[in-house]
Amino acid sequence: MRAWVFGDDIDTDALAPGRYMKHGIEEIARHCLESLAPKFAKEVRFGDVLVAGRNFGAGSSREQAPAALKYLGIAALVAESFAGLFYRNALNLGLPALVCADARQIRDGDELKIDYESARILNLSARVGLAFEPIPPHLWQMVLDGGLLPHLEKRLKCRTTS
Amino acid sequence: MKKGEMQATLAQKLVARAAGKSSVTPGEIVTCKVDLAMMHDSGGPRRVKPMLERLGAKVWDPSKVVVITDHYVPTYDDESRKIIRIARDWVREAGIENFYDEQGICHVVLPERGHLRPGMFAVGGDSHSPTGGAFAAYMFGVGATEMLGVLVTGEIWLKVPHTIAMDFAGRLQDGVSAKDIMLFLIGKFGLDGGQYQAVEYRGPAIHALPMQERMTLCNMTAELGGQTGLISSDETTAEFLKIKVEPWDSDPDAPLMAHHRFDASTLAPQVAAPHSPANSKAAGEFGSVKPTLAYIGACTGAKLDDLRMAARVLRNRKSAMKLLVAPASARDLRTAEDEGTCKVLRDAGAEFLGLGCGICAGYGGNVLGENVVAISTTARNFKGRMGAASSQVYLASPYTVAATAAAGHICDPREMLQ
Repeated sequence: MRAWVFGDDIDTDALAPGRYMKHGIEEIARHCLESLAPKFAKEVRFGDVLVAGRNFGAGSSREQAPAALKYLGIAALVAESFAGLFYRNALNLGLPALVCADARQIRDGDELKIDYESARILNLSARVGLAFEPIPPHLWQMVLDGGLLPHLEKRLKCRTTS
Repeated sequence: MKKGEMQATLAQKLVARAAGKSSVTPGEIVTCKVDLAMMHDSGGPRRVKPMLERLGAKVWDPSKVVVITDHYVPTYDDESRKIIRIARDWVREAGIENFYDEQGICHVVLPERGHLRPGMFAVGGDSHSPTGGAFAAYMFGVGATEMLGVLVTGEIWLKVPHTIAMDFAGRLQDGVSAKDIMLFLIGKFGLDGGQYQAVEYRGPAIHALPMQERMTLCNMTAELGGQTGLISSDETTAEFLKIKVEPWDSDPDAPLMAHHRFDASTLAPQVAAPHSPANSKAAGEFGSVKPTLAYIGACTGAKLDDLRMAARVLRNRKSAMKLLVAPASARDLRTAEDEGTCKVLRDAGAEFLGLGCGICAGYGGNVLGENVVAISTTARNFKGRMGAASSQVYLASPYTVAATAAAGHICDPREMLQ
């Protein structure tokens, strides 16, 4: 998993620009982060990790911001901190948002591996392990289910079959 | 309050009521019953309808849902027409009677039509939903999937917030407004200063503000990074809502995460430079900047009080630059027309746009072109938000935007008041 490193206060307008919001997620994702890293949407690969500083996802409630990252294949987000609304949206889509105090140590292009069991990010390039705050227990099952929609689907199914 | 009983903040009291508990502790995870769910056309029906269909589920209580079209109105192409059509069809199918179509921006229309009351617990499908906190209601923004969860279950989880108090003594000077308070606070504490906790605005300077100015404060709690912004209810709240309101307030000794005290009387008008609301400093320090466009729009900056502020500066003056006005609600527009406020703005050269979020959200046909330098009453100036990535947006109050339009360069509006 390659790390794509961004700075502080990356906003939802950069992630899902307003002028494409009327379109579907394929079109929005094509322009994800283009104002900061024009090649990102084209070159990001399935399973890559996005790493950022403080307050990642500042701004709008538009869920297309984390949805675009998920659509592009981003497997997890690692940041020093997340904007609260974005954090909820990411987990609701089943996209893990991991708070890591040492996120700044990660360099663009580093090879990372995320171990959810031990709550550590293994930086294979720098040969260090960084701890992250585990996803709160009341949300973890939802993330494992793939987000709130499949989670609700499962719950409603249980209710009708029981 | 009985002796020995825990002192609680306004946020804790509102959350405890919604969670059906006698008290709650910051950090605790609770499930709250939602009194009101508001959606607009962009994050609302077009997103939740397919998800509801996939679940085969219905809205838990249509009487508690309000839908307002504001992002893609006035419609301008096939896609926007389709999005609005979905909203209109869905409210009918789902039995939502509280539907306001092309009546203005959701955060302004919602309280204007009497849907908010002190003590309520509400969610909105938009990040500026903390606006509702001006009415001593706990209101915050959620994304479309989380809204789906609310529509199906009528509930939402919440980590009980700590409270950060922003306490303003004294009185704002004439020509200084709620917008200046927020640009100042965001400049001081940053875009994550609110730490996704509850920010409570208090003190004599806050309670001296009219309702729409309080809405501007709570609205921009989004840019300050709080989950919600709150103001305790008082006579002004009751007068605006035209009802008797219960007192909802923090207990005097309720524990706070932080208590910041300021003197409102020394605050100068503020301007935030591109590309962050946190890049703020006194308006008087921007003299060499000459915008090419002045924009008075958005839930943050084009309510009736905002239009009046601009008109006070622009009376008998001409704008030296393109001046666009997009009023925040149909009702406010009608009042502004009737009382002559719109005429003052038109005489100054203002061109009026349709009711809606428009340029602020980067939607519609009027977004900023290449290299436009704008001064705007809106809430966010992130790179490319309002149009071309090369455009530059300065944020300011309606007074300051109007003064800048008249002077041809960014300036302090206090010397231009009439």
